[in-house]
Amino acid sequence: MTITEHPKYIGMRVMRKEDPRLITGTATYTDDIVLPDMVHLYFVRSPHAHARIKRVDTAKAKKAPGVVAVLSGADAAATGTLPLFVNVPGIKQSKHFPIATDKARYAGDAVAVVVADSHGAARAAAALVDVEYEPLPVVVDAEQALAPGAPIIHPELGTNLACTYPFKGGDIEKAFADAEVVVKQRLVNQRLIPNAMEPRSVVAKIDGNELTLWSTTQIPHFVQLFVAINLGIPQNHVRVIAPEVGGGFGSKLNVYAEELVVPFLAKQLGRPVKWTEERREGYLSTTHGRDMVHDVELAAKRDGTILGLRARTVANMGGYLQAFAPVSATILHVFIVPGAYHLPAYDVEVKAVYTNTTPIDAYRGAGRPEAAYLIERMMDRLADEIGMDPAELRRKNFVKPDAFPYTTVSTLVYDSGDYAKALDKALERSDYKGFAARRDETERRGRYRGIGLSSYVEICGLAPSKANAALGIGWGGYESARIRVNPLGTVQVWTGTSPHGQGHETSWSQIVADQFGIKPDDIEVLHGDTLESPGMGVGTFGSRSLAVGGIAVHKAAQRIREKLILLAAHLLEASPDDIVFEGGKLFVKGVPERSKAFGEVVFQLYLAANLPDGMEPGLEAIVYHDPENFTYPFGTHVCEVEIDPETGAVEIARYTAVDDCGVQINPMIVEGQLHGGIVQAIGQALYEAAVYDDNGQLLTGSMMDYHVPTAGDVPSFTLDHTVTPSPVNPLGVKGIGEAGTIGAAPAVVNAVVDALSTLGIKHLDMPLTPERLWRAISEAKPMEVRS
Amino acid sequence: MPRAISITVNGTKHSSEVEPSLLLVEYLREKLLLTGTHVGCDTSQCGACTVLVDGQATKACTVLAVQADGTAVTTVEGLATDGVLHPVQRAFQTQHATQCGFCTPGMIITAVDLIARNRKPTEAEIRHAIKGNLCRCTGYQNIVRAIEAAAAETQAVTGVEVRR
Amino acid sequence: MISTPFEYRLAASVEEAVRLLGASPDAKLLAGGHSLLPLMKLGLAQPALLVDIGRIAALRGIRVDGEITIGALTTHQAIADDATCQARLTALSEAAASVGDVQVRGRGTIGGSLAHADPGSDEQACALAFGATMRVVGPKGDRAIAAADFFKGALETALGKGEVLVSARFPVPAGRTGSAYAKVAHPASGFALVGVAVVVTVAKDGTIERAAIGVTGAADRPFRAAAAERALAGTTGDAAAIAAAAAKAADGAQLTTDLAASAEFRTQLLVVHTRRALRRAVEAAKK
Repeated sequence: MTITEHPKYIGMRVMRKEDPRLITGTATYTDDIVLPDMVHLYFVRSPHAHARIKRVDTAKAKKAPGVVAVLSGADAAATGTLPLFVNVPGIKQSKHFPIATDKARYAGDAVAVVVADSHGAARAAAALVDVEYEPLPVVVDAEQALAPGAPIIHPELGTNLACTYPFKGGDIEKAFADAEVVVKQRLVNQRLIPNAMEPRSVVAKIDGNELTLWSTTQIPHFVQLFVAINLGIPQNHVRVIAPEVGGGFGSKLNVYAEELVVPFLAKQLGRPVKWTEERREGYLSTTHGRDMVHDVELAAKRDGTILGLRARTVANMGGYLQAFAPVSATILHVFIVPGAYHLPAYDVEVKAVYTNTTPIDAYRGAGRPEAAYLIERMMDRLADEIGMDPAELRRKNFVKPDAFPYTTVSTLVYDSGDYAKALDKALERSDYKGFAARRDETERRGRYRGIGLSSYVEICGLAPSKANAALGIGWGGYESARIRVNPLGTVQVWTGTSPHGQGHETSWSQIVADQFGIKPDDIEVLHGDTLESPGMGVGTFGSRSLAVGGIAVHKAAQRIREKLILLAAHLLEASPDDIVFEGGKLFVKGVPERSKAFGEVVFQLYLAANLPDGMEPGLEAIVYHDPENFTYPFGTHVCEVEIDPETGAVEIARYTAVDDCGVQINPMIVEGQLHGGIVQAIGQALYEAAVYDDNGQLLTGSMMDYHVPTAGDVPSFTLDHTVTPSPVNPLGVKGIGEAGTIGAAPAVVNAVVDALSTLGIKHLDMPLTPERLWRAISEAKPMEVRS
Repeated sequence: MPRAISITVNGTKHSSEVEPSLLLVEYLREKLLLTGTHVGCDTSQCGACTVLVDGQATKACTVLAVQADGTAVTTVEGLATDGVLHPVQRAFQTQHATQCGFCTPGMIITAVDLIARNRKPTEAEIRHAIKGNLCRCTGYQNIVRAIEAAAAETQAVTGVEVRR
Repeated sequence: MISTPFEYRLAASVEEAVRLLGASPDAKLLAGGHSLLPLMKLGLAQPALLVDIGRIAALRGIRVDGEITIGALTTHQAIADDATCQARLTALSEAAASVGDVQVRGRGTIGGSLAHADPGSDEQACALAFGATMRVVGPKGDRAIAAADFFKGALETALGKGEVLVSARFPVPAGRTGSAYAKVAHPASGFALVGVAVVVTVAKDGTIERAAIGVTGAADRPFRAAAAERALAGTTGDAAAIAAAAAKAADGAQLTTDLAASAEFRTQLLVVHTRRALRRAVEAAKK
């Protein structure tokens, strides 16, 4: 590692710099922005999941009090279409206008927009827009959408199949021919609603030629790019700001219709424009997650050696392809299916399919939770089939610690890992050995108890730009950073990442503080504003921020440090090798009294009177860091559940997670990411599902219907970790944003199935609701109930 | 027809004319520009808008401003006094109970209400008490720890009433 | 955000509220607002006039005389915290404590909840099981409506035009009586998927003298589980008798099937939770 001699702040539980404004209510979120003369938007959305738009009559709405303008799709078509960032082979891209022009393709598709001087007036007038629809046949299920005779969502494509993504490695025919046992299972990763607590919001104002746009986004630079392209405004006149952003989980990783319509109208009207989604509106118009069905076969020897895996997956894309939609089903899913195991052969094929539902896109984990669920459920199915302890089965098949860097059958190169070490620690911390006694005690109380494991590997650090290009992601995977040390020694860091809860201001300060020998509080981290940041930032998603953006910051700090070393050596008449940064000073190793204050050295660079020959004045660095490889965090989660056989209620009795994200910058933040991620996965495993009826109406259309886990639904977790540094970056970091969500769902489901395995139950699909469990238990042979 | 109301918000009395349909949360955010109180849903579920109305944790999205006429309202902006954070606010930072911060103001207010009623809440009591405040980031664990810590701190300072 | 404008009047007395209600064809009463305002936000209720009775002090509080009279404006939290209710109307106390969340309990009122008659609201099961009487004031004066006659259907009660529910009177259970409330909440809304309030009186010889079982959430309106009540009466109240009686809890009722639970599952939950509640109530009665 090439950090300071003794990293001081890296690894420390530094309190978050973001918190003071968040706990006092002084933070500014997009909807908090109020501008003089501002008008408000309200979208008219199709009540039909599939309907031809025959006529949009705006006359009555235009006459309503407070109304400034009413636009149909045709009126707004000058915004151009929404972008797709993915170009996997053979992809059939839908045309996606921000306001539908020809037909509505899902319930919630915008068909008109009302501008008025208040939100209330816009909303009231929206009810007066008269849209004549010709309802068309609806298909909501992806497999049904592929069946002959299914309604075609985009007739110009001639099919609902957006793409087929196959990948094969090893000799799959031989694997199945040699198999002594084959387990087959159909697995459902149900549709979920991300539910970031902050609803989406967009505000735009035009000032002469200057457009300023505030948006609840994880990717402000991409929004800037497409606003400039689509609206024909020079990029230097478009400033996009992601102010405080209240969670994203992938649902703000897009270029949304509203992000084009709001600035379009600000430009047209010459007035500031605001749109803030209502929660029920967001349930329709903000992307959903997951919705994949997998048919899987795993071939193995009776001794537990796995030989090959075959999977056929159908992924629901919804009515349009949103920006990253196909990525979760293809690139981020297909290659990581082998997980933590030495899998000699595999054959995976995914079909991505249009349906009359809200578009799907990345949701925390984005393809990797699906992959982890697939392999980890199959490992348990196999363990059950051959009567082997699930922990032993995993250990037997793990990629061994001396095999790294390890090339998987899917051609990924895993950077580093010690999977058995994390497993062993998890077994110890969870008292795996003591489980049988706990189960006996639980059964004496008339309840079932089960234990479930999940040993996941995930991909972070998206991504080496060449890999992106090869895989069909339409943009580089680098990240940018800019550091400016001002003449008086204050330090400003701009990052291309765009945090929305992850605490980058704190972690990036820790990284820089160690390079400069100053305190994190002496460093200001700025983000989410295209004005002063480097020309391009990729943004925050895919657990990439630290392993790519944090490294960019680190490298920029190193560049500055190197310059300071040369200058300090010159000023202190010492060898550059002997310069030490500590306590806000630069001094000569072993002679701390031969020192200059950090600010004093910096000032010399601006005074420029006494610089070494050839040294440029000023102190500023811009870095674009392109990672050499992905990083591969891993870990083992152990879940223990109790089930009430009479009511089907599941209680998580114990939950232990041992995760390895390489070097931890701030363990407190790492733990927070895990807590939240695990709860989101528990939500998928036990509670959450977005449900449509056959007409394409979202039945779970509000927070009154969709079960977002509450504090009462989940326990506290026992967390621990191992540290296996990544060799692919100078800090040895990997990433932790999605690990909890990737690792936890299979552990919970495996625990529930384990609890019911005495009834002969082999598998149950998520969410494992009380009714689903009660039915399964009732159909099997229920145990004698004592209570 | 607009009605005259007078509400004491964070110790300052505000007299205004408001439409009866104006919700308390809209009054706070739009009339007083106290945007620390958030709106996270439209069905009274998420609790992001929680404020104290005469000391009682209340979803400000489910109260008309006219109903709050004559009451004393405390929002997150009013918890610190003379720049000194309320123990619950402090604990939310020390225990890392905040990530994106959107649920935080409502969550803090509910915690203040809880500690005022129950000086030494157990984990189960805390989890029960914050069921009406949804958080999607933290998994609640550190929020529970923060409320425990704030309650302990309040206990330790004998004779000091928790403000609410 | 409430889109449709309306008039607002603050009533100083019940009589004034009755008068105001009578004067407008499309007026609604506002108490805690926790049933009505959510509907208005969704545009599902669009009254022209709201008559706010929230400040009528006489409607607030719990009074014990021969009976326990709970003012319509008494909040769920006040009921849950009340020592008399905890001791004498345990099921009601437990039901009130299970309503929604802290914020809803702190503002929502028993009167609002009973008058709104959401099929999943908790306290109506207790009103049935305890045999409460609704005291109502209207243009034609006072009247009392037995709980059994009060709940007519989903969001439908016996309250007439211009009538105000002023209190619910709960008879103080005689002799050795115990009660309990058990609930399975809708995981998102908090309303009861199934809620069951049981009140059990034990005779001197230890047998069950009387059992009353009120059910909410399971059907389009609250109901008494009469077959189960009959089955338990006269037994010793042992585990077998309780289980046998509870098994009849859904007899004769048409249970709801919706996204959250099928009628079959509601039947199961009702049977199980009736049994569990009866156990607690019998134990309390025999103590």
